[in-house]
Amino acid sequence: MQALEIHPDKCTGCKQCELACSYVQLGAFQPARSVIKVHIFDEQASFAPYTCFQCDEAWCMQSCPVNAIDVDENTGAKIVLDDACVGCKLCVIACPFGTIFFDKADDKAAKCDLCSGDPACAHACPTAAIEVKEVDPGAWVADFGDRVDSSYRAAVEEGS
Amino acid sequence: MLGGWTGTILRVDLTSGRITKEPLNEAWARDYVGGRGVAARYLYEECDPEVDPLAPGNPLIFATGPLTATNASCGARYMVVTKGPLTGAMTTSNSGGKWGPELKYAGYDLLICEGESPEPVYLWIQDDVVELRSAAHLWGKGVFATEDQLKRETGVPDASVAAIGPAGENKVLYAAIVNEKFRAAGRSGVGAVMGSKRLKAIVVRGTGAVSVARPRELLDAQWAMKADLAEAPLTSEGLPGYGTLALMNVINEHGALPTNNYQEAQFDRAEQISGEELAETRLLSNKACFACTIACGRVSRISDEGVGRYAVKTSPQNWKHATEGPEYENAWSLGADCGIDDFDVILKSNTLCNDLGMDPISLGATVAAAMELYEKGILTEAQIGMPLPFGSGEALVALTEATAFREGFGAELAAGSKRMCEKFGEPGAFMGVKGQEFPAYDPRAIQGMGLGYATSNRGACHLRAYTVSAEVLAAEPEDPRATEGKADLVTTFQNVSTAVDATGLCLFVTFGTTLESIRPILVAATGHDLTDDELTQVGERIWNLERIWNNRAGLTAADDTLPKRMLEDAIPAGPAAGEVNRLSEMLPEYYRGRGWNEAGEPSDEKRAELGID
Repeated sequence: MQALEIHPDKCTGCKQCELACSYVQLGAFQPARSVIKVHIFDEQASFAPYTCFQCDEAWCMQSCPVNAIDVDENTGAKIVLDDACVGCKLCVIACPFGTIFFDKADDKAAKCDLCSGDPACAHACPTAAIEVKEVDPGAWVADFGDRVDSSYRAAVEEGS
Repeated sequence: MLGGWTGTILRVDLTSGRITKEPLNEAWARDYVGGRGVAARYLYEECDPEVDPLAPGNPLIFATGPLTATNASCGARYMVVTKGPLTGAMTTSNSGGKWGPELKYAGYDLLICEGESPEPVYLWIQDDVVELRSAAHLWGKGVFATEDQLKRETGVPDASVAAIGPAGENKVLYAAIVNEKFRAAGRSGVGAVMGSKRLKAIVVRGTGAVSVARPRELLDAQWAMKADLAEAPLTSEGLPGYGTLALMNVINEHGALPTNNYQEAQFDRAEQISGEELAETRLLSNKACFACTIACGRVSRISDEGVGRYAVKTSPQNWKHATEGPEYENAWSLGADCGIDDFDVILKSNTLCNDLGMDPISLGATVAAAMELYEKGILTEAQIGMPLPFGSGEALVALTEATAFREGFGAELAAGSKRMCEKFGEPGAFMGVKGQEFPAYDPRAIQGMGLGYATSNRGACHLRAYTVSAEVLAAEPEDPRATEGKADLVTTFQNVSTAVDATGLCLFVTFGTTLESIRPILVAATGHDLTDDELTQVGERIWNLERIWNNRAGLTAADDTLPKRMLEDAIPAGPAAGEVNRLSEMLPEYYRGRGWNEAGEPSDEKRAELGID
């Protein structure tokens, strides 16, 4: 399956990804409705794009009471079926990463669908901070989990 | 309505508190494109040119362009247009970050602030909701604390804040308007105008959409321009790697780096304040404005050793953590021009300028002039409150703060170099034009820059005709010491730069692309067809409109000049030794080429040609 590999160290915070994401969804520029977001941490000189990892367990999908989240069989992306979504927001609560959103403009859940295999954000990124990768989902998430865990422990030890 | 625009402008009367929304004048949007142009047209229509810049009758206009908030690279800009208190001329002060795009996404192309509030206020804009709110609790605070507080109390961390600091409140004549803490509409005192209106900040959050007329065409055209920027050495390597500071060593090697208030044109310690040195010792990351694929911004850090030195009472937190900057111009004004070779001092003063809301170019240059007067014995230690020799970092940092609060000698510095030098009987020590201090290129070594400075509508400025590109940086540069052809060169640079400013793009795109690549993006966005020549003529139209307004404000051909030092005192040493600026060889030709009479006024024929009533 596919996933977006994000390198915060390469990101400059320009938000071209948000512009591209909103454009493919809406045909207009509206970063507020982008499903990739760039967080800017000025004091740490750090810029972090984040969006759905297309994680294996997909709690958004598991929590949906009306089966409105499905898997794109070509890319493995978890996708919201707009016709079925009732806007209950359970998925937004369930996602541990905060990468599925409630879109007030149409009262539906919104998340990254990997643009059906050709993600616009990755194209738009001028520094290759967002790349499309073929991944083994279980291993990828586990590796990410390990890294987060080890950096968290390092931070705790440094602080104590 | 043309694409790229929301079609609505926001008008805020601070005297009565009345807020109104009105349609954008579409005819002006066609003739003047946007940003600097459309705002200038509104000012031309609505403001008496003889108004006191700090009186309620001087409107303060914030203008986006049609490409602001699109995905065209560097479509982040907004322009502040008003009568500048430093110059008495129409000023057009530009800033990046994401404040301009937020205003557009909120649904407004322009914001016009009129009148004068009886009490300190801030303007809150969240899409359709627009309110004036009390800023009593923010008055006196720095820009950084103001932004943090406003994001906390509104509960909207994604909002963008443009604010003034104590310098704007205290009407320092070169006070700036600062957004996202480190991006600024810096020059000519736009912050003092905002302070005179008791408008502390404008907080904007926009969640709407910006649509363009021909989306498919725009996508293709903007990809082509991005490819240009990714290809050109300056925009793909120089600026991301070293920021504008990449220029420090280059300009110094050309013998064009003004030193010690323009008494010399080479700084023997320039390497210590160069982009290369910053990258090696203090750079944490580069940083982009909204939609920018160049990313020239510097996120940097004062050295551990430097943190403890020269504390002042408002020392911002950023002295210990990441700060931003400096730009080349600021590293020059706070560095070489003051004989200072210490990046920690430059970063401290620069960060203070951002927090207190001041233009570091004018501040540094004014301190440099005071240093000259001190070394000549005209100003004494008793008058200043401290010794002020060239090279004194301690004095620069202390006076940066004192100026914003108008404390002690800071009250003299707050008036700018021209007024200060005149007051102490040494008008010849003012290095600038129309009351505004020079930036960082000696016009004796680069002739075209001298003509550009002299004729700039907003006083001495590097961004109105950056002929450094043609005279120094080009692969096959034109002879910078020659005056032949410079009148045409300056006119072309002025027209093209003005047109780029009007689009809402950053002028820095011209380091890697041309107007021929920008025009198709603009046309696709608005749906209003323009040829390359017509777009250049828009620049010319705006330039002439600014000029006519300035003439009515009382500026004449006599103001299109350079200090005597630039015209008569030769550069003492270095590659450009012996040179003066030969303005008189260029200026008459410039007037003729512009279609202006000898008094520097656009002729009736020229006005008719450009359609200016």
